[in-house]
Amino acid sequence: MPESASTFGAGIDSIYYIILWITGAIFVLVETALIVFIIRYRHREGRVAVHTHGSKKAEIVWTVIPFILVLFIVYASNDIWLQVKRADQEGAAPADALRLRVVAKQFEWNVTYPGPDEELDTSDDFVKRNQLHVPIGRAVRIDLGSEDVIHSFFLPDFRVKQDAVPGMTIPVWFEATRTGEFPLACAELCGLGHYRMRASLTVHEADDFDRWQSEEIESGSPAADADASDSETADENKVNEGEESA
Amino acid sequence: MTTPQLLAPNVSAQHWADPSHPDDRPFIRKYVFSTDHKTIGNQFMFMSLFFLMIGGALAMMIRWQLGWPGLPMPGGGVLPETMAPGGILLPEFYNSLVTMHGTFMIFFAIMPLLVGMFGNWLIPLHVGASDMAFPRLNMMSFWTAVPAGFIMLASFAVEGGAAGAGWTAYPPLSAVPEYSGVSTGQQLWCVSLVILGFSSLMGAVNYITTIVNMRAPGMTWLRLPLPVWALFITAILILLAMPILAGALIMLLFDQTIGTTFFLPETGGQPLMWQHLFWYFGHPEVYILILPAMGIASEVIANGSRKPVFGYPAMVGAIIAIAFLGWIVWGHHMFQSGMNPLLGSSFMLSTMIIAVPSAIKVFNWLGTIWRGDIHLHTPMLNALAFVAMFVIGGLSGVFMASTPVDIYIHDTYFIVAHIHYVLFGGSLFAIFAGLYFWFPKFYGRMLNPTLGKIHFALTFVFYNLVFFPMHNLGLGGMMRRIYDPNQYGFLEPLQPMNTFISVFALALGASQLVFFFNILWSLWRGEKAPENPWSSNSLEWDLPSPPPHGNFEAMPAVYRGPYEYSYPGRGEDFWPQSEPPNGRRARVETSGAPVAEGVPQ
Repeated sequence: MPESASTFGAGIDSIYYIILWITGAIFVLVETALIVFIIRYRHREGRVAVHTHGSKKAEIVWTVIPFILVLFIVYASNDIWLQVKRADQEGAAPADALRLRVVAKQFEWNVTYPGPDEELDTSDDFVKRNQLHVPIGRAVRIDLGSEDVIHSFFLPDFRVKQDAVPGMTIPVWFEATRTGEFPLACAELCGLGHYRMRASLTVHEADDFDRWQSEEIESGSPAADADASDSETADENKVNEGEESA
Repeated sequence: MTTPQLLAPNVSAQHWADPSHPDDRPFIRKYVFSTDHKTIGNQFMFMSLFFLMIGGALAMMIRWQLGWPGLPMPGGGVLPETMAPGGILLPEFYNSLVTMHGTFMIFFAIMPLLVGMFGNWLIPLHVGASDMAFPRLNMMSFWTAVPAGFIMLASFAVEGGAAGAGWTAYPPLSAVPEYSGVSTGQQLWCVSLVILGFSSLMGAVNYITTIVNMRAPGMTWLRLPLPVWALFITAILILLAMPILAGALIMLLFDQTIGTTFFLPETGGQPLMWQHLFWYFGHPEVYILILPAMGIASEVIANGSRKPVFGYPAMVGAIIAIAFLGWIVWGHHMFQSGMNPLLGSSFMLSTMIIAVPSAIKVFNWLGTIWRGDIHLHTPMLNALAFVAMFVIGGLSGVFMASTPVDIYIHDTYFIVAHIHYVLFGGSLFAIFAGLYFWFPKFYGRMLNPTLGKIHFALTFVFYNLVFFPMHNLGLGGMMRRIYDPNQYGFLEPLQPMNTFISVFALALGASQLVFFFNILWSLWRGEKAPENPWSSNSLEWDLPSPPPHGNFEAMPAVYRGPYEYSYPGRGEDFWPQSEPPNGRRARVETSGAPVAEGVPQ
């Protein structure tokens, strides 16, 4: 896995490693027993198999132990799951989160930024295609939607994945811990251009983010597709041009 | 007694085999439109193996594209321009490939092999019946599956190509032709699966009725061989799950053709409703594909270890537990779908709990070989591989059952690795085990053991070299169903691994030719099979290979469970179910009255 770049990434990874240790131990135990038994009890002249129909005691042991283990994994997993996914609930996304809107369509990601007033659906909003910019150290809360088919908003480095479903607005949040450029990928088969429905996520220092935002507002027209580094290819092969969203 | 007589032939009214009377059915009734369960089983075998080859060929093309993206595929020039101009696969054709590979393998290969072939071969013989309860319905079940398969295959030839929205066909992509570029193909996909559903339902009612009504005297529930138990529970799952799929498919078909919007949001439809319906069918379907495999593996492992199955009642209990827990875990396919996260928590709990009966089965298989007398014949090798691989598939399932871990690995190659460890490493190895084990009974010829072992060794090694690294691809973040991973900078370092996988995938595909050759060669040239080549206990091994039309000459009587191997004090290390305690074989007259001493309760 790539190094985590979000606040909850390390927590998710630790659950992964807990499960890896538990299942790894069981894997080694079971496969070793299997191989040892096959060699130890292989057919030899005169060997007689032991006639037994089982052992209640052994069976209870190997029912109870897995049961306890899986309950432990559920217990360990649940808090962080709810923290990641219930963006609107107490204890998840901080109240002062930067609010963005991401709308997916074949085969691009349109990001609406709230502008300096930090309110969506106001006159200083602006839209960028396939470019997600966020500041470090501040929670970002995204209203995720889709215009046409189901896409999936996947930030591998951030341990974020959420399907974008037409007709629904689904909250997503994360807080970046590293600056740099990261991939944003579509993880749900969405048509023939699915494999190249990619975008980039840039994490800025806080003041750098403000500078980037004001530059964007000065240079481009708000609420327009100001930048289109990838858009030519995205448009070319599109099956339809998205009028159906109206 | 009136109701059962109306529903099914009474046990005493069966048409038993009559050695004094030659089998004078005309060719067409004997080999084509046959009502004999053994012939129908054989027909399912040939049909499913044909589609297994198709599904395998599609997989080879997928691996070609991922191993060498954009390079012309050798022999790809024969494909039309709309699929692969100059041998280079198009992205839209690639989407059809992944969709149809999954569809063929699940619905037309693994499922009819396990349920259609083994269900037909084993159920009447294992319960001691002359045939299925409804032989004509059984024939119709097969002849409904065939057109379904060919409709699916024909969809490659229609304009726009075959379905390309994944085997799970999530709308709106699957419902609106403008989104996917596929219209007729996607409709044929729905039509074909609805027809196949009827085939499965006809099979399921037959299996349930046969097992409930037509068990020979003495064949109590706890003396049933485990494949029959597994097929019984599987048939119940099919009976309950298939109508849900059919309902969803018909709604999807209406969305595609007559302008309804069940799954389209514009007028209030819900895309997620399809996912709920599909997986409410789809997760029981997963168990439909693994429970019979578990039954077959139990049978072969007990035979190969010359020991009774360890904890038979627990094995039955685990099958039932898996089947019924299987109805409340469908949401684990939808953790990232936008479903309420609290529901995700409860589905995580139920999904984790289903690991427990699966673990019981694995430990009981280990208990079965422990202190046994292990004969590593070809069926046994494949059955042991089934256990070894199912362990990996089961354990990798724990990762995605954990909701936070699933955030990262959902829709990546980790899932692809998992499903192939369960369905190839699990189901298909068990199918190989069962085929090597019962082929002699139904064709009267042994499969060549040397070719069998070569096939096993190549398959086992190549299989692991192909699918184990896919876990790493998934952990590297590689998404499923992408035509060209190199579009993403972070996936470029994975290209050597993808090429490695593709090389061994081609080798894995090629090594299956050994298997197909073995079947075709052995059908005509194989060593003649004796009655009981594996010294096994269940009723079919008392009969000639292949058993005559009508199976038994008279109602068999059953005196004990199917796994009394190495019983202390007996000279032989097996003890047929039909052998009376005093050692004398006896039959029950067709009137239904047992004539032997020591008649079972």
